[in-house]
Amino acid sequence: MSESIIQIRHLTKTFGDGDGAVHALEDINLDIRQGEIFGIIGLSGAGKSTLVRCINLLERPTSGSVVVDGREMTGLSEKELRLARRDVTMIFQSFNLLMQRTCLKNVCFPMELCGVPAAQAKKRAQELLEIVGLGDKANAYPSQLSGGQKQRVAIARALATDPKVLLCDEATSALDPTTTASILALLKDLNQKLGVTVVVITHQMSVIEEICSRVAILDGGVVAEQGAVEEIFSNPKTDAARRLVYPGGVSAAQYPASTRAVRVAFNGGTAYQPLIASLAIDCGVKVNILGADTRNIDGKAFGTMLLGLPEDPNEAAKALSYIRSQPNVTAEEVEYHG
Amino acid sequence: MAEIFTAAFWAKYGDLLLENTWDTLVMVVISTVFAYLIGLPLGVLLVMTQEHGIRPNKWINRILGWIINVGRSLPFIILMIAIMDFTKLIVGTKIGVKGAIVPLVVSAAPFIARMVETSLMEVDAGVIEAAQSMGASTFQIIWKVYLPESRPSLVLGGAISIVTILAYTAIAGAVGAGGLGDLAIRYGYNRKIPSMMLVTVILIIVLVQIIQSVFSWLSKHIDKRLK
Repeated sequence: MSESIIQIRHLTKTFGDGDGAVHALEDINLDIRQGEIFGIIGLSGAGKSTLVRCINLLERPTSGSVVVDGREMTGLSEKELRLARRDVTMIFQSFNLLMQRTCLKNVCFPMELCGVPAAQAKKRAQELLEIVGLGDKANAYPSQLSGGQKQRVAIARALATDPKVLLCDEATSALDPTTTASILALLKDLNQKLGVTVVVITHQMSVIEEICSRVAILDGGVVAEQGAVEEIFSNPKTDAARRLVYPGGVSAAQYPASTRAVRVAFNGGTAYQPLIASLAIDCGVKVNILGADTRNIDGKAFGTMLLGLPEDPNEAAKALSYIRSQPNVTAEEVEYHG
Repeated sequence: MAEIFTAAFWAKYGDLLLENTWDTLVMVVISTVFAYLIGLPLGVLLVMTQEHGIRPNKWINRILGWIINVGRSLPFIILMIAIMDFTKLIVGTKIGVKGAIVPLVVSAAPFIARMVETSLMEVDAGVIEAAQSMGASTFQIIWKVYLPESRPSLVLGGAISIVTILAYTAIAGAVGAGGLGDLAIRYGYNRKIPSMMLVTVILIIVLVQIIQSVFSWLSKHIDKRLK
């Protein structure tokens, strides 16, 4: 399970040349493991869509190597590449279904491309539509479906060639939160049942926390940070990671320079402790919540809170040591440069 | 001009009108078929070779675009006269229905290439990318994505092309191509029979209306985006 199915080494992608050259990706190194759901997150323009297209070579990397399932993708001939793409399929933000074909025919499409006999393709397509919960929509046209249903058809289509990797390019960004949750649940389910490795590209941290086990944070064309989702979530080390994990911004700069503050990180305790209340009761110290961004992942508390400490150094020290004594909580005093 | 409602008028000119309507239809249909046989692949080639096409090729795209533009800039009547020797080489005559078909095709093909290009460009680039991501070959993308996905638009473009060719046949009539345009000139203008002018004009209008209505209906009927 832990073997790499995708290895990206020193990948760069530059658009244009000379003075007008845009360095979309610089020295990207990633290992995506067989059977995992890997997230690539970044703000618009971070290069994530380019990166995912470098995996199936819809974009040809300027330099570097992309190995998928033991094959060096950049070294394949055009014909070999077309064959390899059956193993690395893709779904898109705008679904990209063939609008003049029924759902069933859409799912048949990739099988048609590789010459699967029509009857066999139809049968398999119907099965796939059942799997994504749209068995009754076989003869409907995409225009008759909701966004979530269209994405389900696209997922069925992407599975038609029994791929080893499914690339999801902002697959839920055009969907409402409820539909997003159901599509993510479907992807997670397919990942577990079929063992297909899923690579999720998104700008939404909520998508990553929902289904990914590991994540890479892409910022300005470089990987700022990568690792287990829990790790990055509870303790983002880079600015890019902090910006994504706490988009509301628990930014020290927003608060008065005189205030001493502490950043408290919840690292997955079973529940939120009423930390502020117990501080007041047990130590008699009052603190201000300057900002907070906490989340619940699998019933565990993650996130940070920024607390303003009392002016009195003794009280501040007392509060700090109390917070540090709590389980599953780490505290770090924050320097202000306001 | 009330004579067009008399039996005598139709007894005299009925056969002539029928025959020339037929000639017009023959010229239009045959020219359209051949013009599409040339224009459709050229339109596909234009889209393929664009900067972000599936087979970008700056030079083919430029040269082809230039040739098409030249073809489209020549007024039909001039083109028809200019290529008469070529016409004779191909069909053995410079005049009549046969002689008209060659210049009609030569003139309509570049027009159709542009119409096809416009229709194909309406296909969402994302859908093309999706097909590429599934390992579709260039031929498969053209045959299974571009053409079927743009079918309603191609059909509408078809109506415009046919009506344009119909208008050209009337011009071709000026140099003895036969057909309704020829009739209008010979009888309506040269022999000063206003009723004949009126009837030929009405017939051409009716043809245009029928063609447009049928193709509009067909385009809507086959477009699965509208259901």
